[in-house]
Amino acid sequence: MLNIILPVLIFAALALAVVGAVRRISLWRQGRPSPVSLLAGLAAMPRRYLVDLHHVVGRDSYISNTHVATAGGFVAAAVLAILVHGLQLESRILAWALLAATTSMFVGALFVAKRRVNPPSRLSKGPWMRLPKSLMAFSLAFFLITLPAAGILPHGFGGWVLALLLVALVVWGLGEMFFGMTWGGPMKHAFAGALHLAWHRRAERFGGGRSTGLKPLNLDDPNATLGVEKPADFTWNQLLGFDACVQCGRCEAVCPAFAAGQPLNPKKLIQDMVVGLAGGSDAHYAGSPYPGKPVGEHQGDAHSPIVAREGKALVDAETLWSCTTCRACVEECPMMIEHVDAIVDMRRFLTLERGETPNKGAEVIDNLIATDNPGGFAPTARMNWAADLNLPVLAEVKRTDVLLWLGDGAFDMRNQRTLRAFVKVLRAAGINFAVLGNEERDSGDVARRLGDEATFQSLARRNIATLAKYSFRSIVTCDPHSFHVLKNEYGELGGEYVVHHHTTFIGKLHEDKKLNLRGWKGGKVTYHDPCYLGRYNGEYEAPRAVLRALGIEVAEMERSGFRSRCCGGGGGAPITDIPGKQRIPDMRMEDIRETGAELVAVGCPQCTAMLEGVVEPRPEIRDIAELVADALIEQADAVDATAKKPQVEEALA
Amino acid sequence: MLLSTPRSSADKTAIKVAVLLSVGSHPLTGRGRRAEQDARALEMALALPQADAQLIHAGRLNDESEPALRSYLGMGPQQMTLIQQPKQADVLPALEKHLRQLGPKLILCGSRAEAGEGSGLLPYLLAEKLGWPLISGLAAIESVDGSSATVLQALPRGQRRRLRVKLPALLTIDSAAPVARQSAFGPARRGQLAEVDAPVQMDTEQEGWEVQPARKRPKRLKIIKATSARDRFKAAAAKSEGSGGQVLKDITAAEGADAVLKLLMEEGVLRVSS
Repeated sequence: MLNIILPVLIFAALALAVVGAVRRISLWRQGRPSPVSLLAGLAAMPRRYLVDLHHVVGRDSYISNTHVATAGGFVAAAVLAILVHGLQLESRILAWALLAATTSMFVGALFVAKRRVNPPSRLSKGPWMRLPKSLMAFSLAFFLITLPAAGILPHGFGGWVLALLLVALVVWGLGEMFFGMTWGGPMKHAFAGALHLAWHRRAERFGGGRSTGLKPLNLDDPNATLGVEKPADFTWNQLLGFDACVQCGRCEAVCPAFAAGQPLNPKKLIQDMVVGLAGGSDAHYAGSPYPGKPVGEHQGDAHSPIVAREGKALVDAETLWSCTTCRACVEECPMMIEHVDAIVDMRRFLTLERGETPNKGAEVIDNLIATDNPGGFAPTARMNWAADLNLPVLAEVKRTDVLLWLGDGAFDMRNQRTLRAFVKVLRAAGINFAVLGNEERDSGDVARRLGDEATFQSLARRNIATLAKYSFRSIVTCDPHSFHVLKNEYGELGGEYVVHHHTTFIGKLHEDKKLNLRGWKGGKVTYHDPCYLGRYNGEYEAPRAVLRALGIEVAEMERSGFRSRCCGGGGGAPITDIPGKQRIPDMRMEDIRETGAELVAVGCPQCTAMLEGVVEPRPEIRDIAELVADALIEQADAVDATAKKPQVEEALA
Repeated sequence: MLLSTPRSSADKTAIKVAVLLSVGSHPLTGRGRRAEQDARALEMALALPQADAQLIHAGRLNDESEPALRSYLGMGPQQMTLIQQPKQADVLPALEKHLRQLGPKLILCGSRAEAGEGSGLLPYLLAEKLGWPLISGLAAIESVDGSSATVLQALPRGQRRRLRVKLPALLTIDSAAPVARQSAFGPARRGQLAEVDAPVQMDTEQEGWEVQPARKRPKRLKIIKATSARDRFKAAAAKSEGSGGQVLKDITAAEGADAVLKLLMEEGVLRVSS
């Protein structure tokens, strides 16, 4: 009897799964076109899954091992079950293999169940609580019905009662694992996830690569809606990416805005996008809500605005403006979902089409348009801080080895100290450098993160035109935001440069023995990784190497390196200033205090400003350039400055 | 189109409001922009329920002025009427002709232009030509009905005066009026600039003028001998003009003239010569 029922069940479930898949794919195809190679993507998918994805999953070895056992067991069991029970192939070997696969899957499912006994708050509940049981049902059912085929039990063992029981288990298992995979159950992550890996919008991310620059917005067509208004305005593979979410909540656990009680939860945001693409309300969402926003009040569909002008739609604007674009969520996401891209896409619509950049946003954008800097300072005052330094200006010298990019920190009295310190270091090392001076403009970082792509592109194009007038080998800057934008985001507008962050540059100077440093005499020091240097550009080592060169042993914070917690200063967050329960820099200062450090070394004007905004008493905040400048032994180069200097210049020329 | 909110002119209850808009100039960089007060005037018109805002600019359309003019359209309206006028033209006759044709109930504009002559006289001359009442230094329009409007006029140090004015009227906006909404790139780019031909009258008087950048005038230092923060605050917030003076009510013209004459002599503006 099972010989007839099983093939029917298996192929019925498969057929329904195919129908579901077609339906799901048509949902994704509501999105805008995106150029990816479908076949090459599919070919690259297994490697992306086994290497890149598991590299992220592997950070949690418990769930990594569990996933290998369960998913590996399931894929093998599914294929073998189709052969053994669907096609009724009589093979002892296949049957034994199926037994092994289901056993592996069952053991995995036990560990999944254990994680679900007292699940951490970041995990979604709801249907996800059912998943371990469904996994067990599937694996147990196919294990038991395979026993006769493997020759362990006689055919017809247990009579019709057991057969009926097994059929019920098989139906449950197939329902969750085959049908649910494409009709929207927890197993949807396997189907959507595999295709998302294959057709990811940033293929450069895989194979050890990095792709962090925002995608430019095409401004050529005046009639096109700018940015994302409705879920269908995302590209189709972005929609696919949202659908791949496993709701593991790793993003939620690292999100600084969520921790600060601001109304953002990256996981919920992605789930809201899934609600948007399929249509419906968020009432079925079973994870942590946006802080302060109850679940069940928002709804939408693929062709309705995501953010309502008045009242509620799918997402509230303040959710989108809470993000600091620190990329912690993207870094942690095992499914390689691009939260920041999605948020900036939606911000673009709010800024460029609706003119609804909150709080100081509009003022900052107006300043950038009128004065090329966010503070609205006179562009002619950019060099005032260096009035006594006699810096070579490119407009006069025309060519140089190193262009020192000042950034808007040039208008900020605190950052001017950092810049002066770095100039001192450059001079001590005998570097041939120059500045653009008043010809420099804001890099466009803030405008772009606030969604004003038009102002970003305008600033970027004018900066690129200015840079094209002069000859230099590389750019060095003390601002990781300018660093990132110049290095990763000007390329698509025609500006390709060799760009260094000042810590990397100082590290190189030290390696080349161009700096004479005395040892550190102060107390305990910790280092705060800026997001735009670390996660955006992978530079974790150079600042630490410089600190080591100073004789400082860094007392690392629990969250450092790629897990560094944002200072709260990125993405225009201090400008849009969405209220929460606490301030992000206060939380970061708590992290710093836990190390017992008396001083925190930083490498970013934003981080400096945010951390120094924490009330005293608190550890001192010093830029690495300041620490190096203080440790310079200047007598040495005073003695043989005349002898040494020409040599250095020759070496660099 | 979903992106803008102006009420349709077909709406019978709509009150036609003409907003006169000029090309502004940023105080630090001199770059063209929406003029601060004109933008507030437009904001006031857009925020007025039942208002059918008509945007009007008299001047030239070129690469310099277009982004500035479009930034008004970025606030939501779909169209702006551009009365074509060459550089040295006196825009007053052209504006008058157009406004008479349009027949608005209200005309809103900033107190003075940010570029060019910037005398602040245009609203007065226009009101005189049209024979309409003018209220200067507007902070808010409280209500408008078919025949009159209740408005708040801004006075120094946050004081307000409520006025009732018969329509049609011309209102000039003070910097105390609500800040203009953000101008968005998309609508600004899509908005229509409808060009209208108009008679040109050259400003011949201006040809004889010599224009030079304004010099910063010396400012009298205010010496504050305050010892505490409270005293300093009081000094900073104190009235700048002298106290005293008197309010004269229900007096004859001759008495009034005597009072004014007496004051001018006291202040040393007029000297007693004989």
